[in-house]
Amino acid sequence: MAIISETTRPVAASFAGLPLRTWQTLGVALVFIVACVLPFTTSSYHLFQLTMVLVYAIALLGLNILTGFNGQVSLGHGAFYAIGAYTTAILLDNTAIPYWATLPIAGIVCLGAGFLFGLPALRLEGLYLALATFALAVATPQLLKFRGFEKWTGGVQGIVIDKPSPPAGVPLDSDQWLYFVCLAVTVPMFLIGWNLLRGRTGRAIVAIRDHPIAAASMGIDTAMYKSLTFGVSAMYTGIAGALGALAAQFVSPDSFSVFLSISLIVGLVVGGIASIFGVLFGAAFIVFIPNIADQISKAAPWAIYGIFLIGFMYVLPTGVAGGVKRLGSLLGRMGKR
Amino acid sequence: MQVFWHQVLSGLATGGIYASIALALVMIYQATHHINFAQGELAMFSTYIAWMMLDAGFPYWAAFFLTLVFSFIAGVLIERIVVRPVENAPVLTVVIVFVGLLVITNSLAGWIFSYTIKSFPSPFPSNAWYASSYLSAHEIGMIAVTFGVLLLVFLFFRFTPLGLAMRGAAQNPVSSRLVGIRVGWMLALGWGLAGTVGAVAGMMAAPIVYLDPNMMSGILLYGFAAALLGGIDNPWGAAAGGFIVGVLENLAGAYVVGTEIKLTVALVLIVGVLVVRPSGLFGRVLVTRV
Amino acid sequence: MSAILETRGLRAAYGPTKVLHGIDLAVEQGGITTLLGANGAGKTTTLRAICNMMVRATGEVLFAGARIDGKATEDIVRLGIAHVPDGRGTFSMLTVEENLRLGAYTRRDRGVAADYDRVYGYFPRLAERRKQQAGTLSGGEQQMLAISRALMLRPKLLLLDEPSFGLAPIIVQEIFRILRAINQQEQVSVLLVEQNASMALALADHAYLLETGEIVIGGPAAVIGSDESVRRAYLGY
Repeated sequence: MAIISETTRPVAASFAGLPLRTWQTLGVALVFIVACVLPFTTSSYHLFQLTMVLVYAIALLGLNILTGFNGQVSLGHGAFYAIGAYTTAILLDNTAIPYWATLPIAGIVCLGAGFLFGLPALRLEGLYLALATFALAVATPQLLKFRGFEKWTGGVQGIVIDKPSPPAGVPLDSDQWLYFVCLAVTVPMFLIGWNLLRGRTGRAIVAIRDHPIAAASMGIDTAMYKSLTFGVSAMYTGIAGALGALAAQFVSPDSFSVFLSISLIVGLVVGGIASIFGVLFGAAFIVFIPNIADQISKAAPWAIYGIFLIGFMYVLPTGVAGGVKRLGSLLGRMGKR
Repeated sequence: MQVFWHQVLSGLATGGIYASIALALVMIYQATHHINFAQGELAMFSTYIAWMMLDAGFPYWAAFFLTLVFSFIAGVLIERIVVRPVENAPVLTVVIVFVGLLVITNSLAGWIFSYTIKSFPSPFPSNAWYASSYLSAHEIGMIAVTFGVLLLVFLFFRFTPLGLAMRGAAQNPVSSRLVGIRVGWMLALGWGLAGTVGAVAGMMAAPIVYLDPNMMSGILLYGFAAALLGGIDNPWGAAAGGFIVGVLENLAGAYVVGTEIKLTVALVLIVGVLVVRPSGLFGRVLVTRV
Repeated sequence: MSAILETRGLRAAYGPTKVLHGIDLAVEQGGITTLLGANGAGKTTTLRAICNMMVRATGEVLFAGARIDGKATEDIVRLGIAHVPDGRGTFSMLTVEENLRLGAYTRRDRGVAADYDRVYGYFPRLAERRKQQAGTLSGGEQQMLAISRALMLRPKLLLLDEPSFGLAPIIVQEIFRILRAINQQEQVSVLLVEQNASMALALADHAYLLETGEIVIGGPAAVIGSDESVRRAYLGY
């Protein structure tokens, strides 16, 4: 009976005199303050990278909602990122819609696309869904190049878009402005995600992952939840794609190859499967590691990605977030003594 | 009409490549219920090994068979070292490990051999007597080699004690242990064989698609489509699926959608089969117990 | 008579769930020993623990005087211990003959070809179905196939896990009759796990009674069969 007493022992509720929740709040606040100060201290290239961290964090959150929390494995989220990016680019290229208004449109387009892909995906269990989404990822660049759509997509050439400039009177350059636009999108997206996953809906989503049959017998409409989760997940990733297009000022088919989808998987694994704030680590990882590793060889980032993918599965299957959590409870236990 | 038959026959030729990849996928799927997303990249890497030997002046067939030996050993080692620790892990973990393997193989090839596209020779001289207006010498040779491989694999599984033991281990690992079969090694052997069959596909495909680290991504997709169409638990169905998919691809390319969105055809085929008939044309319908 | 198989303090657990709490039993050379007990007593687990399969086992297992605990299942089988598992372990997609061929997988001697006829001699019905897919056989035929597959190993010891399970009484009688013949003609010792206590006691010369992971009584089958409490609880008269 030693096992039971071990697991029921209350996990560290406090550390160094303060409740753990306070530490959490303080941590989030600190991250937010740092996020607000950083753009004034770095070069424009580093600022671009920080912007991309935010972009990928949103995309990863979307992927995590689907794969981490709902258990539907997607190897093809790059496709939804691409749809979001192209929606924004096409709208900016062909209409007078302001850039900020393209973001919700990109979100809605991807919500629809995700929902539609989610419908057949309902019939696909784990491995087969991975297979179908992998096929989606591989086919995406070719579809974007398709001559029939060239009028809008610009074919192989892609579309060049203008960088949004700050409104008159705001003392920021356009890089800083874009960064804050991304931050202003990221924060509410995280809050929505947090609320969605912590509440009743989130429990249903997780229940479907852990035991679909039990979930159904408790009255959860699993089919509806699964397709909707697919849609919401695609929406997140699509909005990220739209922001990413603004940041890169350019979309072209070859930036959305299967390797984009794999990058997202890498971010998911490194940050932590089924962890909301872990995606920030994951996003930072996939933005900065290629930069560092590129100096070794063009192939090095991918070799490192691969090693991390396999290594994390063996050593730290809960990702960085899980590792931090474990460390936290360890420290808490020590603090209690 | 001649154009039509030309399309059908050359579809059969490329179908042979898909059939080999599908067969390799099914061999691993049957034994472990894993889909090896890295199958195409492993074949690509094997092809580079062959290229390296050819570049060093080896005669074609010597390089060919040495590559098969290399691929077999590589397959066995990968199973023992990389796949074994996650054998019974959840689907997501296994999928991620395979994606990791894909990425590592791809980047390793780029690192060692560079990303520039290389040409790869065909062992079948283009002016050979069997070349015709319907099929080039390489296409004829490809079909012959594919059928040769399929026949050898069939004979191995059907008539050798080791082949029987591998079938037994795939079906019922517990009973297999109880008759003294070393199940772990049978799985490793299966990976070795899959790697070998994949290498044949790579070396046959390379003269057509040229050699570069991403040469197999489209072929792998068609291999998936073939395996699913034929039934992922049925090796002969999967091989038949390969030929069907090859012909379909060519006809669709020539008469329906053009060659530009070939991969989308594969995607539609994969999703279509999975949704309409998940057990494939020749597969068994499995009912999961709750 | 000496023991061909002996266990000393054999314990076994599935994860944190302990099932066996120290089993001491012996199977006499050339004899039939039966292990009786109710559902969940640990009979199947005992056989699994002996073969080091699907369960975490500790304690000593001696086969022909040598320690075999801790060896891999495959290696234990190669020593000459054939295990007919619960559920019969049929290779259902293979033919009857292929099932038998797998039974002889570890053998390299020339006697294998003749052994097909030997097991078909015990079970003529299998001979009629030799090319048939094993999954299509009836339950009784699959049990016969499982025993035959074990015999193809030419084992010194046969572990049988509830061969009567789910079979019609007349088939059970036939199988038990053949088991006796096999025991006598093949010089193979048998450890038989059964819920059907009366049939098992009639066949065996030694018996053990297992209750919640512990042996409560053991001895000559005739003595066990006449034990008052055993009779009430397991024989129903």
